[in-house]
Amino acid sequence: MDQANFGLIGARHVARQRIWERLFAGTTFVAALLVLALLGGVTVALFKGAWPALAHFKFGFLTTEIWNPVTEKFGALAPIYGTLVTSAIAMAIAIPVSFGIAIFLTELSPSWLKRPVGVAIELLAAVPSIIFGIWGLFVLAPLLQRHVQPWLIENFSGLPWIGSLFRGPPFGIGVLTAGLVLAIMVLPFISSVMRDVFETVPDVLKESGYGLGATTWEVIWNVVLPHSRAGVVGGVMLGLGRALGETMAVTFVIGNAHRISASLLAPSTTISATIANEFTEAVGDLYNSSLIALGVLLFLITFTVIAAARIMLLRLDRRALSSV
Amino acid sequence: MRTADEMRASVNLAPRPAAVDPPAVEEEKTKITVRNLDFYYGAARALKNINLSLNDRSITAFIGPSGCGKSTLLRVINRMYALYAGHRATGEVLLDGENILSPTVDVANLRFRVGMVFQKPTPFPMSIFDNVAFGVRLSQRISRSALAERVEAALRDAAMWDEVKDKLSQDGRSLSGGQQQRLCIARTIAMRPEVVLFDEPTAALDPISTLRIEEMLQSLREQYCIAIVTHNLQQAARVSNVTAFLYLGEVIEAGPTAQMFTAPRDKRTDDYVTGRFG
Amino acid sequence: MSRSVVRKATNVIALTLSGAATVAGLICLGAILWTLIKNGFAGLSLQVFTQMTPPPGSSGGLLNAIYGSLIMTAIGILIGTPIGVMAGTYLAEYGRNARISNVIRFVNDVLLSAPSIIVGLFVYEMIVVRMGHFSAIAGAFALAVIAMPVTVRTTEDMLRLVPQGMKDASTALGAYPWRTVVSVVYPAARSGIVTGLLLAVARVSGETAPLLFTSINNQFWSTNLNSEMANLPVVIYQFAQSPYKEWQQLAWTGALLITVAILLLSITARVVVSALQPSRRR
Repeated sequence: MDQANFGLIGARHVARQRIWERLFAGTTFVAALLVLALLGGVTVALFKGAWPALAHFKFGFLTTEIWNPVTEKFGALAPIYGTLVTSAIAMAIAIPVSFGIAIFLTELSPSWLKRPVGVAIELLAAVPSIIFGIWGLFVLAPLLQRHVQPWLIENFSGLPWIGSLFRGPPFGIGVLTAGLVLAIMVLPFISSVMRDVFETVPDVLKESGYGLGATTWEVIWNVVLPHSRAGVVGGVMLGLGRALGETMAVTFVIGNAHRISASLLAPSTTISATIANEFTEAVGDLYNSSLIALGVLLFLITFTVIAAARIMLLRLDRRALSSV
Repeated sequence: MRTADEMRASVNLAPRPAAVDPPAVEEEKTKITVRNLDFYYGAARALKNINLSLNDRSITAFIGPSGCGKSTLLRVINRMYALYAGHRATGEVLLDGENILSPTVDVANLRFRVGMVFQKPTPFPMSIFDNVAFGVRLSQRISRSALAERVEAALRDAAMWDEVKDKLSQDGRSLSGGQQQRLCIARTIAMRPEVVLFDEPTAALDPISTLRIEEMLQSLREQYCIAIVTHNLQQAARVSNVTAFLYLGEVIEAGPTAQMFTAPRDKRTDDYVTGRFG
Repeated sequence: MSRSVVRKATNVIALTLSGAATVAGLICLGAILWTLIKNGFAGLSLQVFTQMTPPPGSSGGLLNAIYGSLIMTAIGILIGTPIGVMAGTYLAEYGRNARISNVIRFVNDVLLSAPSIIVGLFVYEMIVVRMGHFSAIAGAFALAVIAMPVTVRTTEDMLRLVPQGMKDASTALGAYPWRTVVSVVYPAARSGIVTGLLLAVARVSGETAPLLFTSINNQFWSTNLNSEMANLPVVIYQFAQSPYKEWQQLAWTGALLITVAILLLSITARVVVSALQPSRRR
């Protein structure tokens, strides 16, 4: 071999390269494991903090409406109720509106309009939730109080079944207002997932629908929607998970009353709003622990919803890959 | 009975050039010997009992229809298959008598000695100079001036020094497709390897770039042991000294290029070379 | 009414409604931004950047809050993003097809969508309780916990876009995997990783809940990481709910500052991404 090995580094260099390799590979692996450790840590820390309250109240914690720091009797029923009802209102409004936006962006909008509108909707997603909160407090609540709620009370509170939903003085804040603010907050998430999912529907499928004489709406309802069902459900559930856990958007306008009432116009509280409002002033271990127990409940609820949503979206990814 | 030239003409092969044999320098020295090589993708056997030699200062072409194992064989020689789980090789591949499939061999070191150029040009996201210097910096400590000399020598050997000497600091990705491929070749030969493996190097290039690279191969032949996988039979005939025909994972026949294309011993070789199947 | 008339009418109604929905969404966005700009701007003055948060009833600025937010965000990003990049590197390069990687990706996605108040409680238990007091470092840590899953996701997505051929070429030159990643893959994915960083910063800047019981707030100027520190989100939270006009005004101005910062970061990130790669995995 007439190639001179000028300074070809030998065994020591190789050994050093191997050490670097092991260090680097090891560091990335440890970092990846930290993700798992984080979830584990959160779970452990929450349960540890919640344990005194859970052990003390046992199952009654979930069924008691009383929340009395003085007598140290705490029950999660009111926050749970508030969380579920505000999220339900938010979903009831956000799902159809998001659906409409997604349809507009994928089927109706002229191409020059698609990007700006799409970007505008996503900018809404980037706005931090506290902005929604103060907007709700200073703009929406007074608006509802002065114009919408009196109208609702006047026209609906007398009716037999749904009347009870609209009773009570127009506070402006309350369950309905919180639900509205939440709806506006989760709108961008749900609509962009829906839009992405609608866009993956193959054109040939839609063309078959049109070719059979279907109108645009019929193609959307009968072809696009069933095809993207898993993705739509996944996106909706992600939005639900967001709504359930949202703190700042809700806490300004929910009214912070540990009460369950049938009326949507009444103040209430949610799990995250309770924690946010009371945590720093909680005196006494049981009070503190009860708030963390609320956190555990929220964690369990949102974890279930989000995990289920991710599984659905995973299934959609796999199907999209195989059908292409 | 057709003459060799008639057969070549019938499949649009250029008539055999008059002086195809390389200048008889010294006796051919074997650089790489493949012995009883089997290769598996998981449970499927892709290469069966390969026995083959590659000579120094010579170009060996691997030809054969798609999926016959040409690229697989090439990738065994620099153990690229080690990147993927479930790929394994049994048998021996001797480089200057030393078995490189042995687990004690340092794979990175092997690749300093056995370089590879891929089908798709892949310039790194760095300057032209840094691209060519990349491998050199990996394998040795070298002064800046010596490095600059190496880079220039490599770019000259790759027939592109004059084109890029004024823009060595430009990003490698700013070059044209053919230039990018020659950059990748320069990058490989800057390492001063002993063997260079080419996996369909011109398949993604236009005819003019292809021609320039083939001319470069002829000049590289004088320094390196070269193996080239190609789909293009004319290219194999133009460029190589020795040709090996692979089919369904086996070496059907191997021999001097001239003989392989005009008077192959095996019928399957004949059928492939004359275009009856492919 | 004939069937075809009904069908046509349904179509028109449905499409009109979806147009209306889009308009409604845009109106909401417009209303919120308009209110924010109008109210926030009204209180915008040099004083906001030079004076501390005032006691109730008097005027002042947001200097300590701005400083606190910048410091805690910076520290949080400094802690959370390197870990995120390393973990993303593992998922994209070393452990791409390992079974544990699928678990890690799933858990990461869950952490990504989890309520941030839970993160606050976690850091409270882990750090505040142990230390015995609130602190800015706890707040920074909470922000790091939020930044990490975001970075893991964007890093993995961006590294996967680097073509395998480029990595093969580097390996064929004798580079060890770490060398290929550091010298070839990272530079190739550079803009994507930076974009991910910007998005993480944007995400973290607006978070209030995790800071509520970790760093809480501080009325005065403090650079002490070991005690409470003022920050914009918690200041807004406290001031907006108060009955004092000056405080409410500062809350709006602070909200405007945060929103402008976040929108700028998001737009920058978007511009960089779309200039680089059009397709994005969700």
